[in-house]
Amino acid sequence: MEQNKTGEKNSLIKVRHLTKYYGKRLAVDNISFDIGKGEIVGLLGPNAAGKSTTMRILTGFMMPTKGDTFIADCNMVSNSLEGRKHIGYMPESVPLYTDMTVRDYLDFFARLRGVPRDRARKRINEVVTLCSLEEYVDTVIGKLSRGYKQRVGLAQAIVHEPEVLILDEPTVGIDPIQVSQTRNLIKELGKEHTILLSTHILPEVTMTCNRVIIIHKGKIVAEDRMENLSAITKGSRRLRVEVKGPTDQIIRRLQRIDGVRKVSKEGNYLMVESPINIDPRGQITETIVKSGWTLLSIDSVEMSLEDIFLQLTTKEENPQ
Amino acid sequence: MKKISIIAGKELRGYLYSPMAYIIFSVFLVLTGWYFGSYLRQIDYNNTTIQGFLTIAGPCLLAFAAIITMRSLSEEKKMGTWELLLTSPVSDTDVVLGKFVAGLGLMIVLLILTMYYPLLLYILGGAPDAGPIWASYLGLLLLGSAAIAIGIFFSSLTNNQIISVVVSGGTLAALWGMGYAIIYIPKGFQQVVSFISFKSNFNNFNIGIIDTRSVIYYLGITVLFLYLAVRSLETGRWN
Repeated sequence: MEQNKTGEKNSLIKVRHLTKYYGKRLAVDNISFDIGKGEIVGLLGPNAAGKSTTMRILTGFMMPTKGDTFIADCNMVSNSLEGRKHIGYMPESVPLYTDMTVRDYLDFFARLRGVPRDRARKRINEVVTLCSLEEYVDTVIGKLSRGYKQRVGLAQAIVHEPEVLILDEPTVGIDPIQVSQTRNLIKELGKEHTILLSTHILPEVTMTCNRVIIIHKGKIVAEDRMENLSAITKGSRRLRVEVKGPTDQIIRRLQRIDGVRKVSKEGNYLMVESPINIDPRGQITETIVKSGWTLLSIDSVEMSLEDIFLQLTTKEENPQ
Repeated sequence: MKKISIIAGKELRGYLYSPMAYIIFSVFLVLTGWYFGSYLRQIDYNNTTIQGFLTIAGPCLLAFAAIITMRSLSEEKKMGTWELLLTSPVSDTDVVLGKFVAGLGLMIVLLILTMYYPLLLYILGGAPDAGPIWASYLGLLLLGSAAIAIGIFFSSLTNNQIISVVVSGGTLAALWGMGYAIIYIPKGFQQVVSFISFKSNFNNFNIGIIDTRSVIYYLGITVLFLYLAVRSLETGRWN
């Protein structure tokens, strides 16, 4: 086995030149990356970017057309059975046996993945507590709401204490409160597991991950630690400000504020750009109020994923 | 082995919790019971035999196999749960065998329930010939396991239970029905058809003959279709 050829000793997940065709359609195009022990990495990309395919190959559910993937140094093509022992996986659709109770469901997967009967019993109590499912442990899964089903799916992924967690769109389709609970839970799990999660929501990565891999049309277009993501996106934070007063004068005053890069007029609003690590809202408010104008509103406009892709992909297509 | 029993256990529990199994059990027992009794009436109770039961047991068992296997893999595909099964440290063979053992287990329970018929003959003082009865049960077991393997294979091809039950039911009906067609076809082919017909192979058991060729035939079909089901799961990974 040619393990650790790359010299990255602590990589739990290794992907080398991974390519996958569905018939003639290219879904994943020669991607390579490493994920080290203890990292929480976000796989970010729009729909049909190849996120789920990559994850399905990593978990051994699918075989790649070309390339290799390793989980804990097990080749997932030639030695998939061994590698699967290290993985907890929640597919995007959160598949469940709806006619089983939460306990039976978790017990089935724990035992299937080699947890002894007694240990499984204890472990189920731990994971239902962790996922706040105590009340529903003896409820038939089909009767649970979407958010609770999601938690059961997550509980299933961690019930056998795997080193690696692969979560495909873990917060899709649940309500905002549950989304934030799930994100906290993922952060909590990140203390003991190495996590790869996919999402098409930029703030989700910002909130939960320490590193991001952005893929688009099956290719990696950017890969960096969260702090540096700003460099990728040219680091802009955009604020939309609505002020009553002499526009030209206001623009001039706002431009003088520290950290403000650019102020422009868009309809009735002023768009203020600043680096992502600086929040000039306080100073903007102060300046406007001190000058005697009326501040009507101030909103942060998220740099959308589409904007990022536009920047990244146009950068690539015009190599000047 | 352990993984197979975990999957089979989950599967069997699924059968017991759903009304389906109870409905087919009831229909099966009512139908076979009716044939068992009416045959005895027909021959004026001059003989104690379970021939009446056996005339209908074959087709009923095939229907039973097609129905209980229709969701075995297709439901997993449809619900997406096979993604979890196939990413757990379990081989595809274990998954298929787990499903098979569960189906076989359920069928054995059903066959044990039908032992009420020969038992009744003993209790009422008849002296049925034990040889053909045991041979017939062996025949039913072999026939049923071949049918379950075929059902599981077709279930592995689709995520639609209805397609699965129709195609496997149709295949089983054809394999059984060609036994009736033997008299209408040219002599040269009769041998071939009687060799592959489920019915012709089953008939020997009924009269108490355990023909090695038939035993091997049913076992061969079972192994072949279980193998094909495993291959079908594997192929799915590469597409």
